Amino acid sequence: MISNLAVLPIVIPMIAGILLAFFHKKIPLVRSLAKILTTTNTLVVLFIWLYVKENGAVILETGGWEAPYGIILVADLLSITLVLTTNIIGIAAVFYAPASLSKKQEEFYFYTFFFLLITGVSGAFITGDLFNLFVFFEVLLMASYALIVLGGGKVQLRESIKYVLINLFSSMLFVTAVAFLYSVVGTVNMAHIAERVQGVEQKGILTTIGILLFFVFGTKAALFPLYYWLPKPYTVPNPVVSALFGALLTKVGIYSILRVFTLIFIHDTDFTHTFFLWIAGLTLIFGVIGALSTNNIKLIVAYNIIPAVGFMLIGIAIFNETSLSGTVYYLIHDMIIKAALFLLVGAVVYLTGTTDLRKMKGLIHHYPLLGWLFFLSSFVLAGIPPFSGFIGKLQLLKGAFEEGEILIVIVGLLASLLILLSMIRIFIQAFWGEKDETVTVNKAAARRFTLPVVFLLFFSVFLGVGAELIFPSVEQIADYLMNPEIYIQSVLKE
Amino acid sequence: MIKENDLILRTTTTLIAFILFGFSIYLFLAGHSAPGGGFIGGLMTSAAILLMYMAYGLKAVSKILPINYQLLIPIGLTIALLTSIGSVFIGEPFLNQTFGYFDLPILGEKELATALLFDLGVYLTVVGVSLTIILTIANDQ
Repeated sequence: MISNLAVLPIVIPMIAGILLAFFHKKIPLVRSLAKILTTTNTLVVLFIWLYVKENGAVILETGGWEAPYGIILVADLLSITLVLTTNIIGIAAVFYAPASLSKKQEEFYFYTFFFLLITGVSGAFITGDLFNLFVFFEVLLMASYALIVLGGGKVQLRESIKYVLINLFSSMLFVTAVAFLYSVVGTVNMAHIAERVQGVEQKGILTTIGILLFFVFGTKAALFPLYYWLPKPYTVPNPVVSALFGALLTKVGIYSILRVFTLIFIHDTDFTHTFFLWIAGLTLIFGVIGALSTNNIKLIVAYNIIPAVGFMLIGIAIFNETSLSGTVYYLIHDMIIKAALFLLVGAVVYLTGTTDLRKMKGLIHHYPLLGWLFFLSSFVLAGIPPFSGFIGKLQLLKGAFEEGEILIVIVGLLASLLILLSMIRIFIQAFWGEKDETVTVNKAAARRFTLPVVFLLFFSVFLGVGAELIFPSVEQIADYLMNPEIYIQSVLKE
Repeated sequence: MIKENDLILRTTTTLIAFILFGFSIYLFLAGHSAPGGGFIGGLMTSAAILLMYMAYGLKAVSKILPINYQLLIPIGLTIALLTSIGSVFIGEPFLNQTFGYFDLPILGEKELATALLFDLGVYLTVVGVSLTIILTIANDQ
C-alpha cells in the first residue's frame, strides 16, 4: 500500500531510537548504528520526496479510519521537503556528536532522544490533524527537555527550567485553542476545518482563535515579543544539541504558522496578515539588536535565529505567491545554515575553551579551514549573492514590493546588513589578528568538527548556486499554498 | 522508605496489593471495547508495586521482583510499534487492527484482537516509566 509511505519518516527514527535504548552503554556500536540508521532514513525520505514530486501528496488514513474522522498523515511537497532537510541536519549532527559529547552524555541515551526529536519534528511536519500537531509538538518537546539537561551543569539546569516552563505554558494554550476551534467548527482535521471555516457565520471568533494559535506558534518560533526565553537556553547545552534546537524547533513553529494561516485562517487577512507584518518588522529589529549586543559568540548565533524567523514571517504576512516561495526557500536555507553555524561556533568554543569574543584572536593561523568555513557561512546567512540566503530574501522583498510594502523592505535590508555585521565581528575578532603562540593547537579535533560542517555548507551553497534546479519545486509549493482547495480536496477526496 | 512500626500497612498490603494486581489485569483485558486498557492497567500495576515498596522497603521488594524498569520502556515501545507496523507488511494502512473469535480451553469462545498486543506495549511502557520516575526520586539522597 503506497500511502503507508507517509508514515515511514515518523516510524523509522522511532524504531531507531527504541533500538538504541537497548544497548545505550555500548558506545562504538550505538555510534555506528546511529550513523547507518539516519542515513537510511534520509534515503527513504529522499525516495518519498521524489515520489511526491512526481505524483502529488501521499495521504495515509491510519488504521483505515476515513478522512475527517481518523488521524490523517499528509506528506505533501512542503512537508516532505522540510522532513528531508531535517534529516540532512540529522546526519550532520550524528557525525558531529562523538567529537563533541562526553562519554557520559553519549551513554545517557543521547542517540535515543535525538531520534525521538527527529520523530517529533517529522511528525509535526507530516500530520494533517491539528490535535496531532499538538501531540507531535509534545513528542519533540519531551525529547528536547531530555536533551537540554543532558550533562546537567548548574547553569544548564537553571536555563532548562525557563525553557520547560515556557513550553508547558504554550502547550497548555495550544490545547485550549484547539478546544475553542473544535467548539466552533466541530472537527480537528485541518482540511475539514478549512472547509467548514468558510461557512461559519461569525468570523470574529475565528480570528480570535487564529490569533491565539498564532501566539502559541509564535512562542515556539520566537517572534517578537515572545522571543525573550530563547537565546540563553539555546546556548547552554552541548553544541550539537544547540544546533538541533536552533535548526529545527523554531522552524516547526514557523511551519505551523505557515500551514495554518495559508489553509485555515484566510478569511480576515486584512487584520491578521497586517498584524503579522508589524510583528515581523519588530522581530527583525529586536533580534538584530540582540545579536549586536553581546560578546558571547554562542549568544550571537542564538540571537540570529530571531531575525531569520522575522524574515519568514514577512512572506506569510505579504501572502502572495512570490513572498510565500521566499518563505519556503528561506525556511530550508535557514535550517541548514543555522545548524552549520551552531556546529562551527561549538567547534570554536571547544578549541579555545571560552565563549568570550574578546579573549580570542588569530585563530585562522591555527585553523585556516575552520576560519574560511565560518567566513563562508556568515556570507550565506547574511544573504550575499549567489548564496542561498540571497534567493530567499530576494523573493521575500520582491513579494513585498508587489504589494507596495516599502517600509518592510527597508527594515529587511537594514537587518540583513546588521546580521552580516554581527557575524563579521566574530570573524574579525576571533579569526583575524596576530597569531597567538600561547594556545595549544588541536588539529585532530578541528578536523573531526569540520567534516559535518562541510557537509551542511555543501547543501547551503548548492541551494544558492543550484537555485535553478531547486527553485521550480519551491514555486510549486508556493502555488500549492496559495490554493488551499487542492489540499482540502486531496484529503477529503470530494 | 521503611518505617519503624508499620504492622497495619504490611498486613493490609498483602491483601490490597493482591487485589490491585488482579484488578489491573482485569482492566487491561477489559480495554479496547469497554472502559480500561493498557494505560490504566499499567498505572494500577505500578500502584500495587509501589505499595509493596512502601510497606516492605526497597531492598526486599527489589529481591522478589528483580525487574529492570528502565528496560521495560523500550520493550513496551517495541511491542506497540511492531503491532502497529505489522499491518504495513500485509499491505494495510499503518495502525490497522483486526480481531477474531477463538475457542479457548476453560474460557470458552472469546474475542481476541490485535489491539490487545498494542495495549500490552502501552502497559509495559507505563509500568516502566512510572516506576523509573518514582524509584529514581525515592533513591535520591
